[in-house]
Amino acid sequence: MASRELVDVAVIGGGPAGLAAAAEAKGEGAGRVVMFERDERVGGILPQQIHDGFGTKVFKEALTGPEYSAIYEARVNERGVETWLKTTVTDLSRDRVLTVRSNRGIQTIEAGAVVLAMGCRERTRGAIGTSGTRPAGVYTAGAVQYYMNVSNLAVGRKVVILGSGDIGLIMARRMILEGAEVVCVAEILPQPSGIAGNIVRCLEDFDIPLYLSTTVVEIHGKERVTGVTLAEVGPKMGEKKGTRRFIECDTLLLSVGLIPETELANGLGLSMSPMTNGAIVDDSFRTSVPGIFSCGNVLQVHDVVDYATLEAEKTGIAAATWAMTGKLPEPIIDINSGAGLRYALPAKISGNDAVDFTMRPWKEEHDKSVIFSSGGEVLRRLKMPHMEPAGMIRVRVGKGRFNHVVDNEITVELGE
Amino acid sequence: MSNNFDVAIIGGGVVGCAIARELSRYKLRVVVLERAGDVARGTSGKNSGVVHTGINVPPGSVKARYNVAGAENFEEYCADLDVPFDRCGKVIVALKEEEVSGLQSLMTRGISMGIQDLEIIDRATLKRMEPNIEGVAALNVPTAAIACPYTLNIALAESSAAAGVVFMLETPVTGIRGEQGAFELTTPSGVVSSSLIVNSAGLFADKVARMVGVTRWRIWPCRGEYLILDKAKGDLVNSMVYPVPPKEGAGLGIHITPTTDGNIILGPSADYTSDGDDVRTTAKIRRQLLAEAFEFMPGFTARDVITAYSGMRPKLVPSSVGGFGDFVVEEVPEALGVMQLVGIESPGLTAAPAIAEDVADWARERIPAGENPKFVSRWSSVRRTREEELDVIDELVAEDPGYGEIMCRCEMITRREIVDSINNGLNATSLNAIKYRSRATMGRCQGGFCGPRIVELLIEHGGAPESLTLNGGGSWLFMGSTEDLRAERKTQRGRAK
Repeated sequence: MASRELVDVAVIGGGPAGLAAAAEAKGEGAGRVVMFERDERVGGILPQQIHDGFGTKVFKEALTGPEYSAIYEARVNERGVETWLKTTVTDLSRDRVLTVRSNRGIQTIEAGAVVLAMGCRERTRGAIGTSGTRPAGVYTAGAVQYYMNVSNLAVGRKVVILGSGDIGLIMARRMILEGAEVVCVAEILPQPSGIAGNIVRCLEDFDIPLYLSTTVVEIHGKERVTGVTLAEVGPKMGEKKGTRRFIECDTLLLSVGLIPETELANGLGLSMSPMTNGAIVDDSFRTSVPGIFSCGNVLQVHDVVDYATLEAEKTGIAAATWAMTGKLPEPIIDINSGAGLRYALPAKISGNDAVDFTMRPWKEEHDKSVIFSSGGEVLRRLKMPHMEPAGMIRVRVGKGRFNHVVDNEITVELGE
Repeated sequence: MSNNFDVAIIGGGVVGCAIARELSRYKLRVVVLERAGDVARGTSGKNSGVVHTGINVPPGSVKARYNVAGAENFEEYCADLDVPFDRCGKVIVALKEEEVSGLQSLMTRGISMGIQDLEIIDRATLKRMEPNIEGVAALNVPTAAIACPYTLNIALAESSAAAGVVFMLETPVTGIRGEQGAFELTTPSGVVSSSLIVNSAGLFADKVARMVGVTRWRIWPCRGEYLILDKAKGDLVNSMVYPVPPKEGAGLGIHITPTTDGNIILGPSADYTSDGDDVRTTAKIRRQLLAEAFEFMPGFTARDVITAYSGMRPKLVPSSVGGFGDFVVEEVPEALGVMQLVGIESPGLTAAPAIAEDVADWARERIPAGENPKFVSRWSSVRRTREEELDVIDELVAEDPGYGEIMCRCEMITRREIVDSINNGLNATSLNAIKYRSRATMGRCQGGFCGPRIVELLIEHGGAPESLTLNGGGSWLFMGSTEDLRAERKTQRGRAK
């Protein structure tokens, strides 16, 4: 084999999370930080996201995807992170040995700490099991975004969008601006999957109808899509009889969810969360395997890139600290997510520092509070005027509050 | 290119292409006429990929003869063409005590056909062999095997093309005139003349037979839906897992079949349809396949399904009649000079090499020809690297850095493999032509990431965006550039005013 190299921090993935983690790991003083990116450019899907709205939390201004990405690309370069492009990590072991493949051949890397930042992929037609023929013209929203914004290709004239995820909403607007007709957006859930702002800016402003509790039950067309059949669904997602209607179109665009791309880590025996489909981590973003950290969309699918960045920055600092000292605060307090919440991260904390918790509600809620309690005592209660499954909830809990924890256990739930 | 041939093969499925390869051993002018944009796009590309032993067909039938003869050298046949093959074996599993007698009668039949090493195993032995499979007993058929059906079909075609066989894609035959020695086949790309005809048109073999005045057959298309599971669940079985075949019905029952690529496929269902092109998938069958597979293999969930597809069986017996329909492999008196291959459903993949030998002999008896020096005895369509040892990959990368650049992340397919697929010898240029040659886009993301990159490569290799298709024909991928679409809209608005 060509070579065996030692690095202090190996960051797998050069999207927004990988960039931020690598930059901060290096900034924290780690000696050799290498970021592995399989594509020919860094930034993940940011370079294809030419609309603005990125950076409003981190930079207090609305940047485009390429602009946001460029800031972090410059930062990793300035700080001396090595970026290995067109390099795929093909294997990762529990003792942090990476096998990587590139046009230099096969290389073996021994890493002090590993940050998993592989991002996520789009759920496909096959995964959701849409019936019908298999013609050309069925695309995932992210692929269409690449075709339109990077390759300047028009995928169709008359479009139906299934799923109201944010990329699908953004693409609805984009396709209208590029001259296509967007007939409607169908969403199987009773509420939109994308954030409220995008519903207004991308659908309402362009008079695109959004049909809730509605899905595509059949795709038509032998060679190219000729139409889709929509139907309404009941509370248990079953099709409502008598609600089928045919919609003529030549393109079906799918925006039906994102799946963390954890496969590289499958062999490691990481403890995984069935709710996030990502690893279970503590407040240093450590997984259950020593020296392996996880952040960004491979940990939990985020709504806004800024928060993936902030999460990854903390992860980079923790990974560097661990690589240099072998020490991090021991997580001793278990976090249980209770009523109203699908999950809360991190799952374990040390209590030595303030923690930014992230969570998602099961359903839309108004005027409820996020309540942290221990031993029957409330540690922190935060009133939230509006919560929805499409948006992540973020709550910072200060260090002082953890002084009152009983039996090393905190429950977080929604209540009055 | 001359439009005058010795043998015209109608249909580029595995049987037609096996015949093309067999004929490419001789100095014959051979053409394959295929209506789709590539070979292997019908029944041959969408099946379980099983190399059958013959245990499921009645002894003495034409099916049994070709099945057993084809299976005999199938491993070498695949090796010559660099086609993945795995003698993984098969267990026919009884879920209930009542089904055990069915195993015994199958075993008796198998022994009479000379199938080796058959044994009935108890639950404990089954659990040792297949820890994730439920059942009370099973018939173990260790000689059963799997092969990659479309890779075989494509390798047969490409090795034939390299030896001089002409492939005309997107060329449906719409009429046939003349007689033995001077047939004229009408196609959208002009008239093709040929001395002999091989009717290997699969689902449309009855229509081709009618073009030469033979009306005795009718094909009853019978759709079979499949689900493909994520590779992460590929270890749930070691061998094929079949139920005891249903007494009634058109197929062998829903089975669990590993593929040579490490996935598991569930299926196929059996639903008669009036249209041989109606390869839709349905929610109803998806539920049925999942439910039936769960009975045998509880260790997976619906979330492990990465996609669904349908194949179509060209049956000679309608559902109302049911029962067994044999292969037709014959030249009939009312159409001399035409070899009729009708009703070649399962085990057609296994039988193809043996059928091809007989059809080649038939052609050579009518048109004697010497050996073709250009015959390609060993062929490799695309050099695969996915399962290579690391030092071999290093050597390949030294030869071409494109072997180091992974484009399809789910299936670990390199840029070089995709470029090789684009430059295929049949000039099949669709996205699916690349998919079936390289395996790119077949993984869990279904081309979400690599699809756009493959399109970039296709455009780099000279494909105009509006000419790119999924499958050839009218399956266009792009209506043009974004500028084209804006211009089109502007013109429309102008007209409206």
